[in-house]
Amino acid sequence: MASFQLELVSPEKLLLSRKVDMAVIPAAEGEMGVLAGHAPMIVALRGGVISVREGGQVTEQLFVAGGFAEVAPDRVTILADEATPLASLSKSEATQRLAEAEAALAAAASETPEKRETAMARVLSARAMVEAALAA
Amino acid sequence: MPSLKSLRLRINSVKSTRKITQAMKMVAAAKLRRAQSQAEAARPYAERMERMLASLGASIAGSPDAPKLLVGTGADKVHLLVVVTAERGLCGGFNTNVGRFARAQVRALEAEGKTVKIITVGRKGAVYLKREFASRIVAEIGFANKKRIGFEEASEVSGKISDMLDAGDFDVCTLIYNRFKNVISQTPVGQQLIPAPLPEMAADGGALYEFEPTEEEILARLLPQNLGIQIYRALLDNAAGFYGSQMTAMDNATRNAGEMINKLTLNYNRTRQANITRELIEIISGAEAL
Repeated sequence: MASFQLELVSPEKLLLSRKVDMAVIPAAEGEMGVLAGHAPMIVALRGGVISVREGGQVTEQLFVAGGFAEVAPDRVTILADEATPLASLSKSEATQRLAEAEAALAAAASETPEKRETAMARVLSARAMVEAALAA
Repeated sequence: MPSLKSLRLRINSVKSTRKITQAMKMVAAAKLRRAQSQAEAARPYAERMERMLASLGASIAGSPDAPKLLVGTGADKVHLLVVVTAERGLCGGFNTNVGRFARAQVRALEAEGKTVKIITVGRKGAVYLKREFASRIVAEIGFANKKRIGFEEASEVSGKISDMLDAGDFDVCTLIYNRFKNVISQTPVGQQLIPAPLPEMAADGGALYEFEPTEEEILARLLPQNLGIQIYRALLDNAAGFYGSQMTAMDNATRNAGEMINKLTLNYNRTRQANITRELIEIISGAEAL
């Protein structure tokens, strides 16, 4: 099976850089499976789980809080705002973050639509984090 | 001539000073290594961000509804300077260099009739600039209680800047910080943040990409992130530069203390010998007189 170069970087470090067969990324408008030879795309990400497949098996699962991905036929670059391996995700931290995000959304009720939108996105990302933590 | 006792005390006090500066040098060296590796780790993200921006920004910069973060407000009247310095001193000319650079910038801008606002990041810069430009400082941000600078701290600063931009508080934003060249040399630089200077487009790049959701929406999310990463980079450079500078300064201090100890010891021994000689003369001439 053809493989492509997958790179996952967060502002703090380079998390992953190797050849993989397939990656499933949580794009803003739905999950997206990427194989080698994909048409060039730039997508925004929502909070969710990235799974990496190699040799027919899921070898790596990471939670990202949001970010961007650049897809080219021979490589995929994911710029994550924050990325944690699913195994080291903590449930209590996730629920705490969800509570904080919901409070922020409530506080932003009278703010501009853009602010409300970012607060909403944060809540959704935190909710995804809780779900991922529960599933792990 | 100083007495033997006072010389001895003096030598001891310089010795303990040397111990302190030596320890500080060692601590700075260890922290420098950590700061440097952190700066290194942040580089891939910034590089890829730049590449993505290049393929995105060029196509949208010309359009009239391009986001403010990219093209600015169109005016050139109010300048915001974000001055990044260290939290602490004892690092040679590190903070003063940035301060002096910022002051020259403020003077130059005001000579052109522009309004200047200042945000200081780091306590030392605030102290330095307050003497002259207290009325122009709109915010002071400090990370004195943080052990390690993370991306969150940078987002705090960038959030503040974009809030001010939305409120129309400034037209052009420049970031002033010490660029970390190597351990010995850090140079203060001014880097324009808003309007964002677009990275050069690769010739083969271009409108090949599809976007999901729309180009505008991605750009609207990418630009604040880019602002954050630029500031993050500056903060990391600042941290690494601070430790580098502190290391050099403490190394010099240690060497100077060593020289001083040598000089004082020589002086001490000479005085001691002079005393002995004098006593001998006194005894001999006393014996001769009998």
